[in-house]
Parts: sequence; structure tokens; C-alpha cells
Amino acid sequence: MTIYSFSKMIMEWSGYIRGGKIINKGMYLEMKSISKDVRFALKKALPIMPGYVVMGIGFGVMMSDAGYSWWWSLLMCLCILGGSMQYAAVGILSGGASVITTAIITFTIHARLFIYSLSMLDRYKGMGKVKPYLIYGLVDETYSIVSSDGILPSTLNRKVFYAFVTFFDQLWWIIGCVAGGLLGPVIPFNTAGIDFAMTALFIVLFIEQFIGNRERRPALLGLGVTFVCLLIFGESVFLIPAMVIITGVLIVFRKKIKTEEGEV
Amino acid sequence: MIDVQYSLILIGVMSGVTMLLRFLPFIIFSGGKETPPIISYLGKVLPPAMIAMLVVYCLKGVSVNTYPHGLPELISVIVVAVLHLRKRNALLSIIAGTICYMLLIQSVFAG
Repeated sequence: MTIYSFSKMIMEWSGYIRGGKIINKGMYLEMKSISKDVRFALKKALPIMPGYVVMGIGFGVMMSDAGYSWWWSLLMCLCILGGSMQYAAVGILSGGASVITTAIITFTIHARLFIYSLSMLDRYKGMGKVKPYLIYGLVDETYSIVSSDGILPSTLNRKVFYAFVTFFDQLWWIIGCVAGGLLGPVIPFNTAGIDFAMTALFIVLFIEQFIGNRERRPALLGLGVTFVCLLIFGESVFLIPAMVIITGVLIVFRKKIKTEEGEV
Repeated sequence: MIDVQYSLILIGVMSGVTMLLRFLPFIIFSGGKETPPIISYLGKVLPPAMIAMLVVYCLKGVSVNTYPHGLPELISVIVVAVLHLRKRNALLSIIAGTICYMLLIQSVFAG
């Protein structure tokens, strides 16, 4: 059955159309435009799928190796929701870390979420009832999409778009984590290197941002500062100094950096 | 055997800290007030910088000093970038780049 005849059936059933005639035209048009926005959200969220499902499977497998069945993975997808943190969590759980250590590690890995939320304050204004869900589901991948204003058509219903991008991304992640927990041990081919999908995703998003923005210095600054911080501070803690320096430099040079509406 | 109760406590801690970090900015700047101009400005300029940071974050484990000297990563990054600049198809760039990387580390640079 095609999507068209299916949606027609739904509308017939719910009383929007009867015998092919539209009864409530306003509602009908509204439904039609919402389904357009949902499809646009799916189009933007689809590139996230391969990397996220694969990373999720990796996580599910690691959890089942550590003795935690699939519903533990599902639980963590629902109440932590964050790829890198959930990977670290496997070690935390199986190593039996203390509560304080766990809190500190979580803070170190997830400090960037604070920056993400900070930069979504204006975009998530007036989102009404879906706002808590949008904030709860703000993972790296979702943030990269919802913070790229350049890709959004002006007719888009942002509430629907933001909500469904968040939802689809969480869905890919849950599918991966549960699948990994269930079928992990029987995956028939060599999966080494498959995690590169995530790297590829962020390179693609970086290129999109780079092409879409006339002001390229923030992107170059992010690249340079993070790289230098990695060399100086090492793999485990470099993100926090990197974020502090990036934010600091952007604030200090705010008069020099152009945003869409001109200088601030 | 896993310690169910202690595991649940640790998951609770991770969840609590994570959600606190996500919700805190919205709690601080809530109540219908205008967002301070400096924060609005950061909202516009931080996303590209953060995406750039994530690129470096993904490649943090690459070791240039030992064999294969980061070559598989370098080649695959170039494949993704060139493909994406030419075709602008995100799904294609990601899948092709990943297959390229898997082939490189599993056969070409194996051992």
C-alpha cells in the first residue's frame, strides 16, 4: 500500500474526508503540511541512521559481554541518551566505580551538552509542550542538525521539524542498542572500522556548515583549538579546556565575527 | 553476577548529571525573559565550532607515530570530503567513506 492511499484511509477514517471529499479543509491542509515537515525531518535524520545504528549495536554487544541483557541497554538509551557516555558507562558499570567518580566522568564527557543547550535557547523558544522532550533528546547528532539554520526552508514548521529529528535520532539509537544486545554475538562479518560512520557523519555536517556559512572563522577556530588541546591535555580531558577556550575567544572577538543579522 | 541495585544507582547518577547539564541553561534563562544578547550571539557562532570540535573528537584515537601512521583515516576522510563536495549526498558520503575505511584497515593495512 502506498503512503498516499494509507494517509487517505487514515483521513477517511478520522473524518477529514468522506467519499474522497474534504470535509474540514483547514485541518486537512494542516495535516498535509505537517506530513511534509515530518518527511523533511526524516530526510535530514536519515544520514544519522547508519552510524547511530552501528554504534548502538556496538554498545549493545559490549553490554551483553559485560553481563547486562538488552533491557539494560534500552534503559540507558531512555535515561542517559548519549553515545560516548553510554560507551564509557559499560566500563563504569563493570568496573564498579564509586558514585562520585561516576558523576565526575559523566560531567567530563557531557559538559558539551551544556553548551549545546545554551546555543539552542533562542531556537527552542515557544516550542510549548514538546520543549522538554527536545531538551532531553539533544544529542550530538541532533544538535548538529537543529543548530544548522541554513538548511531550513522558510515555510517549515520548526516545532514539528525539531521534534521529529530528535525522535528519529533517538529511534535509530534505540534500534541499534537493542539489536546489539539481542543479536550481537552472532553478527556474521568483521565489523572492525565500522565506527568510522560517525566520523564520516561529522565531516559531512562540518562541510555543510562550512558551505552554508559565510563566516567560517568559528568553524576553523573549533578545529584548531580542539586539535591543540588534544595535543596538550591528552585524550581523556581535552574537550573541557577546548570548549572553554573556544567560547572565550568567540566572546572576546564578538565585534569582529559576523552573524546573519550583522554584528552583535 | 551483576549487582542490579548498584548498577541502577550508577545509571541514575549518570542520568541525573546528563539531564542537569541539558536542562540547566533553559532553567537559568527561563521565565519569558529575553535571552541576553551575548548568549544569543553564542547560539549563532557556537554550533559550527562545536561540529568542528566533534570532528577532532572522533579522530582523537589516531596515532601518527605507529603503523599505519593514520593513513587509513586520512584517505577515508579525503574520500568522504571529496565525495560530499561533488555529490552533496550525505548518506552516500557516509556509507562510501565507512566501507573505504573498513576495507583499508581490514585488508590493505591489516597486520
